[in-house]
Parts: sequence; structure tokens; C-alpha cells
Amino acid sequence: MALERTEVEKIAHLARLGLNEAEIPQTTVTLNNILGLIDAMQAVDTSGIEPLAHPLEATQRLRADQVTETNQRDAYQAIAPAVENGLYLVPKVIE
Amino acid sequence: MDMQQMTLAEIGHALASKQFSAVELTQNLLKRIKTLDPQLNSFISLTDDLALEQARAADVRRASGETGALLGAPIGHKDLFCTKGILTSCGSKILDGFKAPYDATVVEKLAAAGTVTLGKLNMDEFAMGSANESSHYGPVKNPWDLTRVPGGSSGGSAAAVAARLLPAATGTDTGGSIRQPAALTNLTGIKPTYGRVSRWGMVAYASSLDQAGPLARTAEDCALLLQAMAGFDSKDSTCIDQPLDDYLAALDKPLNGLRIGLPREYFGAGLDARIGEKVLAAVEELKKLGATVRDISLPNMQHAIPAYYVIAPAEASSNLSRFDGVRFGYRCENPVNLEDLYKRSRGEGFGAEVKRRIMVGTYALSAGYYDAYYIKAQQIRRLIKNDFVSAFKDVDLILGPTTPNPAWKLGEKNNDPVAQYLEDIYTITANLAGIPGLSMPAGFVEGLPVGVQLLAPYFQESRLLNVAHQYQQVTDWHQHAPAGF
Repeated sequence: MALERTEVEKIAHLARLGLNEAEIPQTTVTLNNILGLIDAMQAVDTSGIEPLAHPLEATQRLRADQVTETNQRDAYQAIAPAVENGLYLVPKVIE
Repeated sequence: MDMQQMTLAEIGHALASKQFSAVELTQNLLKRIKTLDPQLNSFISLTDDLALEQARAADVRRASGETGALLGAPIGHKDLFCTKGILTSCGSKILDGFKAPYDATVVEKLAAAGTVTLGKLNMDEFAMGSANESSHYGPVKNPWDLTRVPGGSSGGSAAAVAARLLPAATGTDTGGSIRQPAALTNLTGIKPTYGRVSRWGMVAYASSLDQAGPLARTAEDCALLLQAMAGFDSKDSTCIDQPLDDYLAALDKPLNGLRIGLPREYFGAGLDARIGEKVLAAVEELKKLGATVRDISLPNMQHAIPAYYVIAPAEASSNLSRFDGVRFGYRCENPVNLEDLYKRSRGEGFGAEVKRRIMVGTYALSAGYYDAYYIKAQQIRRLIKNDFVSAFKDVDLILGPTTPNPAWKLGEKNNDPVAQYLEDIYTITANLAGIPGLSMPAGFVEGLPVGVQLLAPYFQESRLLNVAHQYQQVTDWHQHAPAGF
């Protein structure tokens, strides 16, 4: 099952990745090579096998519901591309 | 003895007996880095001011009677550990200029132990690569042959330590990124059990596989560093709360009765026969030290690469969604709307390999494909773990080659990601299963280093370090230095 150009464009859109027109043909070929490698999995019999998400099968710890973090807005916003009055700036979303 | 050629352990003794000060050592190594690193490109940033400040503080602590083994020990950090106020680029244009607002737990712990940070080390972009060629800051060269790759993704860490620019460095290992570059540059490197070392403040690639560990010239130095790096951290929700072994004390344990398993799948087609010979020669040395050897099988090993290249990209596509040009990192010029801002910031900020993995992961997780890819890969992950669990019923340790081939030429596998992925065949199973693994020097093929990999059951890092240390007492492969360094 090979990906077509339109599917590559759709995946790039889902991932919000801008691809240049010139990148798309090579990206399509490479992704198909990688998916070809991955498809070898389908030959493995995994019926009845539980998926493994965490190698030690640990679950998330719970902690007391207490405030432990202090406000560091200024430090975090000092590294932002665009801020004003403590807010992150992005292009207008609502007309 | 020349201070530039000393191991961490030797430096600790020299500082304790006042042969030189931490400040003298730091100045000396910074000078050496500035002279020699242009050939290698192993550093992204030098942190002179921080290093001298930490060195002065270490000298003061020693003068006041403190005796910590790492007080004044010079190290470098892979550039994916957050370092407060210092560029943390992850080898990517998208983080070019990003000065982390806090220190990673590993950085904090090592600093508290008295280490001196000389700089931040080059790496494959977002730790995605096996050659250190995908860095925005340019490829790293292997000091054993400047026309070859040092391995990756911790290629800068490996090249700098191998070239004696530093005695040791931190790295991270998601599919072999500590062990493979250690093997290709004649170093000892250990990937601990998943959850042994805190991931807090490490830029995430594949969160269920990533682990931090040291690269150094000896197992003893790895033990010294791991002792300071490892341990429970409540800030990492997957860190395991389990007591820490005394790694240094474990080094001297005799190997009598050690049962080693040689998986036949590690010695089959694809392995450079000359590497196979070196590995078997190492086995003979371990037998002389009292180990017994038997053949074992890890029948699902061959499925590890396809499963890994679903799980790792799937997790990466999710983790890397935070790089959107809004809160930190690169933002494109003049975005026309929010979608354009996301797409162009990411399209321009990420390199080709990172984009490929994000796309593979996005596809594997997309509607209609999730079961066929992600769930299937997680089922194979369990089969691989089960292989190890059953093998470790009969043996204490598994041994094989770290890599199928020695270091390859720069550019040789650059345009063929699949060929590069196959180089990870022997290392990725440990990440999928979460078990610890170590690579140690075991000889040379045409002047290029060969690594032997040791794998142990969960939380038996002390066993790996013990065996490597005993091997290094009777061999001198790890003492060979590349010509010109």
C-alpha cells in the first residue's frame, strides 16, 4: 500500500508541517520506503497479545492536590517570540 | 601524568592530592577544546564563564574538607538537557536561540555533586539519527577517522570524550544513542533501565523509550557519573522509586559463575564478520575471568526495527507538537494567519529527518491506521520484552555486538534513512523492553573501534558496570586513543 502525493499532503496538514512544493516528491518516496520497512510487522502473529505501553507497566503516581509551582510567567515569556502585557501574541483568529 | 588524558577517577585523585586545581584543569581543557574541536564540531556551545565559576566553587569545597569524587570533574552535556540561561538547541533550528528557563534534573544533580560544565554537545536533531549528521549545527566527525561519522544521536558527546577534550559527558539513548556512538568511538556508555534516571528537563523524543546516561572512557567513570545522575525524581512521572545500588562498590565483584547468554540472532546475517570475531574474543576473556557461556535465542529481535519505527515516531509526533512558534523557539516571518504560523514555523524550523518521523508518527496514529500500526507495534513490544524475561531465567547477562558495522563514511547513508535505521538492530530491543544496556571497547577493525554490548535484567546497572570493569582490568582496548588527540 503506497502513499500518494495527496495523502502525503494530508499527513503534512494533520501535523501542521509546511512542505515546499519541491520537497513533496522526495518525501513521498522516502515515506513509502519507511512504511515498507514497517509493514514487515503485519506478518507477525500477535493474536491475544496485550499491547505494552510502559516497559515496566508502571501506572501514573498520584500526588497530594497542593499548589507546588510558583508563577514564572515573566521567565517563560522572556523566551517567547512575541508577547504583550503578559499575553502571547499570534495572528488574529476571530474576524 | 598529563591532566588532559586522565579519567574522571584519576582526576578525582589528582584534585584530592592537590596535583592541580579544578580551575587549572578547566582552563587547560577549555584551551584544548578551542584548539582541537574545529576539526570535530563536537560542541554547540562552550560555557567558559559557568565552568570557571563552578571550578572555583569546587576548589573552595575541596579546600574546606569536602571529598566528593566528582568535585571539580569536567563534563559536557548533550544539548538536549535544559541548562538555565544557556542555549539548549537539541541540534535544531527550531530551538536556535532557546535559553532554557530551568536546569534538567540530571544537570542539577551533577552540578550539586560538583561537576564543572565545559559546554553543550552536538547531536542529531531531536536525537533522531545514528550518525550525528542531522544536526542544524553541522555534522560531527569521528576522531578515529575524520572522514567518518561518530555515530548518533549523542555523537558530539562521543567525539569529544574520545578525543580527550573531556573525560566524560552525558548522553541520551532512545534506540541506541549512547551505546552506538560509544561503540564507534571506543568509549564505554550505559543506558540505564527505563525510569532509573529522571527525564525532567530533557527535551522529549519518544517518552516511553528515552533514558539518560553517561559516556566515558571506563566503566569506573560511568559508575561515578551514574551514581550522581540516577535516582527517583517526583518531577518525572515515569521515574521509578527504587533504591540505588552502590555502583562503585559493585565494580570489584569477581565474575566467577557469571552466566552469559549469546543470542544467535545477534551473530547472523548482517554482522560484519570481523566484528563478530572481536566479540567472541571478548567472550573468551570473560570466560577466563570465570564466566560460563551458553547460546540463547531472542526470536522476536528481527521485528524490533519495524515496531520501533512506529512507536518512536508516534510518540515524537505528539511530543514535537509543542514546537508551534507561539511560546518559545523559532517563528516564521510575517505569518498571514495562525495556521500559516504553525505550518511555516514548523516547516522551516525542523530538518528533513525530524519531519519524516513526525509524518510517519502522524500517519501511524491517524484514524483508521491506529490498530494496524500503533497497537500492533505495542504488541510486538511485549513479545520482545517476553523474550528477554524468559532468557534471563537462564542467564545473568546477554552479550553481543553493539553495532553490525564499524563507523561509516560521512554522507554514505545520509539519503537512505532505512539503511541508517538498520544500523540500530542490536540496540533498540533494550529500549523497547526497558532493560539496561552497556557498550564497551573490544578491539579494532582496520583502525576503527568495535563495541561489545552487555544487556542485563531491570535495575542491574551495577552488574553491567561490574562486568565491563573486570574486563577492563585484563584488557587495554579502552586505553587506546585516536592519533592526533
